[in-house]
Amino acid sequence: MDAIILQVLNGLDKGSAYALIALGLTLIFGTLGVVNFAHGALFMIGAFCSVTLQRILNLSFETVDPTRTDFLGNPLKVKTPYVESWFGPEMGSTIIDWSVPLAILFAIPIMILIGFVMERGLIKHFYKRPHADQILVTFGLAIVLQEVIKYFYGANPIQTPAPEALTGVAQLTSTIVYPIWRIVYFCFAVAIIGAVFAFLQFTTFGMVVRAGMADRETVGLLGIDIDKRFTLMFGLAAAVAGLAGVMYGPINAPNYHMGMDFLVLSFVVVVVGGMGSLPGAVAAGFLLGILESFASMKEVITLVPGINQIIIYLVAIVILLTRPRGLMGRKGVME
Amino acid sequence: MSKLNVTRRGVIKTGAVAGAGLALPTYLSAASHSGYTNAPTGSTVTLGFNVPQTGPYADEGADELRAYELAVEHLNGGGDGGMLSTFSSKALDGTGILGKKVEYVTGDTQTKSDAARASAKSMIEKDGAIMITGGSSSGVAIAVQGLCQEAGVIFMAGLTHSNDTTGKDKKANGFRHFFNGYMSGAALAPVLAKMYGNDRKAYHLTADYTWGWTQQESIAAATEALGWETVNNVLTPLAATDFSSYIAPVLNSGADVLVLNHYGGNMVNSLTNAVQFGLREKVVNGKDFEIVVPLYSRLMAKGAGANVKGIFGSTNWHWSLQDEGSKAFVKSFGTKYGFPPSQAAHTCYVQTLLYADAAQRAGSFNPCAIAEALEGFEFDGLGNGPTLYRAEDHQCFKDVLVVKGKDNPTSEFDLLEIVEVTPRAQVEYAPDHPMFAGGSLGSCNPGA
Repeated sequence: MDAIILQVLNGLDKGSAYALIALGLTLIFGTLGVVNFAHGALFMIGAFCSVTLQRILNLSFETVDPTRTDFLGNPLKVKTPYVESWFGPEMGSTIIDWSVPLAILFAIPIMILIGFVMERGLIKHFYKRPHADQILVTFGLAIVLQEVIKYFYGANPIQTPAPEALTGVAQLTSTIVYPIWRIVYFCFAVAIIGAVFAFLQFTTFGMVVRAGMADRETVGLLGIDIDKRFTLMFGLAAAVAGLAGVMYGPINAPNYHMGMDFLVLSFVVVVVGGMGSLPGAVAAGFLLGILESFASMKEVITLVPGINQIIIYLVAIVILLTRPRGLMGRKGVME
Repeated sequence: MSKLNVTRRGVIKTGAVAGAGLALPTYLSAASHSGYTNAPTGSTVTLGFNVPQTGPYADEGADELRAYELAVEHLNGGGDGGMLSTFSSKALDGTGILGKKVEYVTGDTQTKSDAARASAKSMIEKDGAIMITGGSSSGVAIAVQGLCQEAGVIFMAGLTHSNDTTGKDKKANGFRHFFNGYMSGAALAPVLAKMYGNDRKAYHLTADYTWGWTQQESIAAATEALGWETVNNVLTPLAATDFSSYIAPVLNSGADVLVLNHYGGNMVNSLTNAVQFGLREKVVNGKDFEIVVPLYSRLMAKGAGANVKGIFGSTNWHWSLQDEGSKAFVKSFGTKYGFPPSQAAHTCYVQTLLYADAAQRAGSFNPCAIAEALEGFEFDGLGNGPTLYRAEDHQCFKDVLVVKGKDNPTSEFDLLEIVEVTPRAQVEYAPDHPMFAGGSLGSCNPGA
């Protein structure tokens, strides 16, 4: 029983990342009609916002310690972060320790800006082109972005640890423990998803966007500049993906390829949830995350060898055969 | 009386035929007809460095390339000579190889077997590379080794740790300086038993490809021989990024040791996940839970950050070794690049020197002559103590390092500390050992 509960928790955790990325993908598809294969790269860039802030906070000055030597036998240069010098060692190290949560504030404007530049600079030129063209150009963009990151940060993973206070495990029952940061990640994902839905549901801006998603032409005829709002939605979707990446860093060390690792799975999530359906994307994200976790259990792999590698695609095939529009797909979208 | 009838046309004809006749033997011996592939004709010889320049092991590949460039510089008489001064063989004198200046071309393996074969093929066929070396994956090493065997060039493997490289997939044209999974097990198991006791239950997570399988088999056999029990072995997909689903079952499995047969990004992520799940704070069967990473690399340890502290593993070489060869190499490399070399850089540098030395001693670039010179070659001064290139399987036998993640690192390079230098005798095995069975070297192929 404990094993099942643990796999449900793992699934919710994985599903959180899938749902957040899929939510952004669906927002872009629903508003702009663009199939954005660069969305995984936005997730990766978010994680590297955290790496960047960590490096900024660790900018140091060097002092020479003559009592110790480096690997070449020269006196050792000891680095002291400026923040420790400015705010004192204790406060300085606390600021560095909390670099991941602080990176949320750092990432939001950067991701919105990147989203805005990406949409205005490249993607808007492909609105009226076939989906195949959009896929090709955004996939190419994803490769460019990941190579740029690799050039500046290298190919090795870079640790962005969670704050000391949020590491370790929480005792959920007498026999079940679960990493605190993963619980934080799940709660964060739920909060972001809730905030996006509330924004779309309860604000005038959100109402116009939803109306635009339903009937772009009519909203335009009412004199509303729907394109401008949709561009802002692209920025919002980029920020959601970026924040998902920032908070994912302590779970798995960021590397330049992490966007691609999530991209295909997230597209499957969108398709299973139903193209253009925001609740569908979220529900499918959590569902597939849980199924993937269960498929990784030794008992299941023994029963069906290799199931852990194909489960998501298998479910996608079954769903598409039985419900061609996905779990919550709308009529007329991508048909 | 005969009359000599010499005409201008006759002289030209005779001269042309005679010239062609005289030139023919030179032509036959100079190029591909000389009896082996890519026989060097001019004043240079070209080596092919096939390393991951893109993909997940690009940083390791970059370090390999730095080492190769340093080796070429030293072979051509540049720099401070590095290990040439400490190498027990004195055949190399800084004038290239057999008097020919060493040049090189590079290829990108992408850590994909097909891409690695394609780049090696291109370097052999288009660039005239006479030897191929490099790589950071056993799958790639085995694939390229097979290609070099067919093409008739020597393959000096880079970082490849699977038993199969010099086991069932060994080839007469292929040589490995790096250690292997069996050696890791033989070196590591006694240290683990000493530190954690003989009554342990181990749970293995294993990367699902050739290296993972042989690594797991080796560690399980070595630890079981000392009394440990292997309670489970779960194969994980190479593409896995989040290992939480594989780590969670460990918590209630009754195991008190987790062995991560992972390398590269897999290792970084699985170790990070294991630490997140609090395994290191757990007490099972009345003992502290322990994690083991059998194959360590400094570059990967850096990726795993503080998670490696106190965790045991093995490595082929480490920059903190204090023998004269290691010190000379670290000084050369560190002065040129500003940081110490990785074990991948070390093995690649040494392989280049060993190839050059073998050609020099053999007096030929013929792969079969070089193979003969390397087979059974005993040497010292290259950082691992007295070493043997065994003739039967083309595997180097030397001391193996057992290392531990350092508790208080003084720099970003100071991540591992050497716990034990396991003597060569302890990691040796018979050429027909069951873990290496199933293949044969075959005969050397000079190509052409």
